[in-house]
Amino acid sequence: MDFLRPETLAEALELKASRPDAVPIAGGTDVMVELNYDHRRPSALLDLTRVPELQQWSGGLRVGAGVPYVRIIDELGDQLPGLAMASRTVGSPQIRNRGTVGGNLGAASPAGDTHPVLLASDAVVEVASVRGTRMIPAAEFYLGVKRNALEPDELIVAVHLTPAQGPQQFSKVGTRNAMVIAVCSFAISLFPDENRVGAAVGSAAPTPRRALEAEQFLASALDFKAPKPLLDSVKREFGELVSRAASPIDDVRGSAAYRKHALAVMARRTLGWAWQELLDGERACA
Amino acid sequence: MRVNVTVNGEQRQADDVWEGESLLFVLRERLGLPGSKNACEQGECGSCTVYLDDVPVCACLVAAGQVQDREVRTVEGLADGDSLDPVQEAFVEAGAVQCGFCTPGLVVQAHDLLDRVPNPSDPEIREALAGNLCRCTGYEKILDAVRLAASRR
Repeated sequence: MDFLRPETLAEALELKASRPDAVPIAGGTDVMVELNYDHRRPSALLDLTRVPELQQWSGGLRVGAGVPYVRIIDELGDQLPGLAMASRTVGSPQIRNRGTVGGNLGAASPAGDTHPVLLASDAVVEVASVRGTRMIPAAEFYLGVKRNALEPDELIVAVHLTPAQGPQQFSKVGTRNAMVIAVCSFAISLFPDENRVGAAVGSAAPTPRRALEAEQFLASALDFKAPKPLLDSVKREFGELVSRAASPIDDVRGSAAYRKHALAVMARRTLGWAWQELLDGERACA
Repeated sequence: MRVNVTVNGEQRQADDVWEGESLLFVLRERLGLPGSKNACEQGECGSCTVYLDDVPVCACLVAAGQVQDREVRTVEGLADGDSLDPVQEAFVEAGAVQCGFCTPGLVVQAHDLLDRVPNPSDPEIREALAGNLCRCTGYEKILDAVRLAASRR
């Protein structure tokens, strides 16, 4: 096995082009488990922790793929509340000190914690190779269980997100607060200026996915210009549509029926929280 | 491959390191530092928690090559000669150590918490230690130890 240690993005892309079989490693929270357990013996590891371009964020907002969760929580929570909430549910403090959104995208597990937020917030994934850069909307990035749109010579470079234009919420079901892989999860982003919401489910289908019918329902049922308290019937219908968007399986973490039920509950609750925040904001402005 | 790394303030060199090896293996088997414990090898238990460039991490999830030219501080590096770190002292006094296997990881993690948050609330202590498993104590005496250490700093 070779250990490749690029110090610039250009060097990393050259190495990935010449060694497409090299496995990128940043926080190591997925890759090292596979190595420790003999599940994977790649011909090379491509260490991305020394590539400065991946460890930074800029503008409004391009977040480097190698920024660890702890920095998203501590330093980007104001601008990206949904992503920070999801990041807070990842593993433990030690894992959040190392793990990255780039790693979440690279692993493309249907249960990855940040995926529903990226989908609900219209995130765009920036990938690069020596051939150039591609901007892939999150909704087109997840192709199957642990499969993503990355070509063998490409690396995930950054995630592009707009600072929150309205309330965002994230919810996740697990057996305890720390160290759990999601039984199922849900994210919602309100875009009051555009009269719409983004909504997406995690760990409830072969890929994370948006709940498009649920989004369309809220866009027509809610008045963002003059928000009134939510009707229970709206919350219920939204929950049902979110649940219907999922196609979960029975597995060790939970049954398909439980996941469908829990998604409807999470959708109702997070919508309630987000809408209340919008109402409180209106009141504060008045 | 060869790995050069500063461990507990000392420049160290490990040879014949396999490229897929973890920092934990290097510390325990090549550098003679068995304080960090090897249990789950998947970041679940926290027994191998060490500082990497002043940030606590699971040593089992760090590739050996990633620590080249970086700084590692293990549980062995907390005491000042024969005098224990206040966190270690508090663990002994509060009875927070039973079989002792989880202790090194908990001590490093608690040490980091008190560096960042001198007077943590109970929820903050629980959150900070959420990635460290203990099968003996039931955690109550560990919480006592962290409170005791905080009160003395």
